[in-house]
Amino acid sequence: MELRVEGLTHRYGDTAVLEDVSLEIPAGRIVCIVGPSGCGKSTLLRMLGGLEQPDQGRVLQVGAPPEGSLNPLTFVFQDFALLPWRSVAGNVSLVLEDHAVTGAERAATIADVLGRTRLSDFADALPKQLSGGMKQRVAIARALAVRPAVMLMDEPLSALDAQTRELLMDDLVGLWTRERFTAVYVTHNLAEAVRLGHRVVVLSRRPGRIREIVEIDAPLEGRGDMADIQARLWTLMRDEAAAADAELLHG
Amino acid sequence: MADAKPVPFRGGGFRPRGNRWAGALVFVLLIALIEIGLRQGWISPLTLPMPSAVLTTFGELWESGQLFNHLVPSLTRLAVGAALGASLGIGVGVLIGLFGLIRAGLVPLVAAIFPIPKIALLPLFVIWFGIDEGSKYALIAFGTFTPTVVATYGAVDNVDRTLIRMGQSFGLGWASIVRKIVLPGAMPGILSGLRISLAIAIILLVAAEMLGAEFGIGAYILEAGSLYDLERLFAGVIILSILGVLTSAAIGWIEKRVLRWRV
Repeated sequence: MELRVEGLTHRYGDTAVLEDVSLEIPAGRIVCIVGPSGCGKSTLLRMLGGLEQPDQGRVLQVGAPPEGSLNPLTFVFQDFALLPWRSVAGNVSLVLEDHAVTGAERAATIADVLGRTRLSDFADALPKQLSGGMKQRVAIARALAVRPAVMLMDEPLSALDAQTRELLMDDLVGLWTRERFTAVYVTHNLAEAVRLGHRVVVLSRRPGRIREIVEIDAPLEGRGDMADIQARLWTLMRDEAAAADAELLHG
Repeated sequence: MADAKPVPFRGGGFRPRGNRWAGALVFVLLIALIEIGLRQGWISPLTLPMPSAVLTTFGELWESGQLFNHLVPSLTRLAVGAALGASLGIGVGVLIGLFGLIRAGLVPLVAAIFPIPKIALLPLFVIWFGIDEGSKYALIAFGTFTPTVVATYGAVDNVDRTLIRMGQSFGLGWASIVRKIVLPGAMPGILSGLRISLAIAIILLVAAEMLGAEFGIGAYILEAGSLYDLERLFAGVIILSILGVLTSAAIGWIEKRVLRWRV
């Protein structure tokens, strides 16, 4: 299944946040969306997942979601959004309980996704006992459990420290290499974008427009820090970021 | 070389930590002080009953079996009234928390009802529900209802919206979101509201037993009060206090079990 964005425009009151954004998210690839703060990238992601309605334009699903997908468009949130009163396994179970899945199937799915995210030993732990990196792995496991057609990741690593971020990027590359999922990955971190993106969409500052789309052909595994592409992206963004920063200060 | 001295510690404090015996000690000291004062004569025997005499009265109450004659109807009224009021309060509170129209319609009403001393409405309840148990249940239920509503909708408002968005993004049904996300998330606020509601229920119990109750702690206290029998009055008051301590402990126990997930 692919996603197609056509002429998305949105305003909050008097502030235009997105202007005429058109975009294709091809199956089996990771599309990173980068842009200065307040450029509407998270808004765009919420529209992709149907959590918010655009003023103009539309988001289209092209083709049917793969067989067995319980929740085709699945989010991974920046602040993890785990239920603190449920254990790790309980948090994964939550998203399966509303679907017609037998108890045995559910248990098998939970065991499978916790294994893939190396959380099997922590199935009974409560979120408060986990580190930030582990919490986000739980959220990723939960997303995998519903077999999404497209994963919508909203700054998934931004609440984590630098070392944990490195480890989780490796995890994500590993997960993608094993099973090529489609993802839209919003971040303000260019290093993440060049490590994980097959395609990097640069948005301008508010109102967000597509500034440029950069294709990165190198395979995900074994990518270095891609200094040249990072530098190119940074030149594209630098003035916009500075202007966005000043705008917030005067705002 | 310049003087070296340790950096003074200035953290600490602002972290009340309990000592399980401190509470009991305060009670014991206060009672001992009154007993000694009365025996020594620097407290006039007209102002307070002798704690030992109150204890004797309490003992008599126990031995004669009168204690349970009073306690059973009181506890029944408390349980029925508080259960009615609290469950209705939680239900309406959740509705106010979830639906804008219900909120707009009911919040002013609740705000108007809240400050009314429910005792003042007792005659009204007697007309509506009769002089028997009905009016007593109604008074206690009504009194616990309003604080529970206010605590509950406040607690529902405070549920982390990102968790609700998460539920929606995974396609959870409305009922699932309410049952699995909103209610558990609101539980801490609901329980601390219940603490207050139950204390109010005990206060109203005495008020409810002012009218047409032959048995009950409230009736017992009122009878002793009108006879200026301070020993019996205090014996009754002590029962109420114990009731208050017990309900608060019960809520504390529930909190500890249900809210184990809290940081």
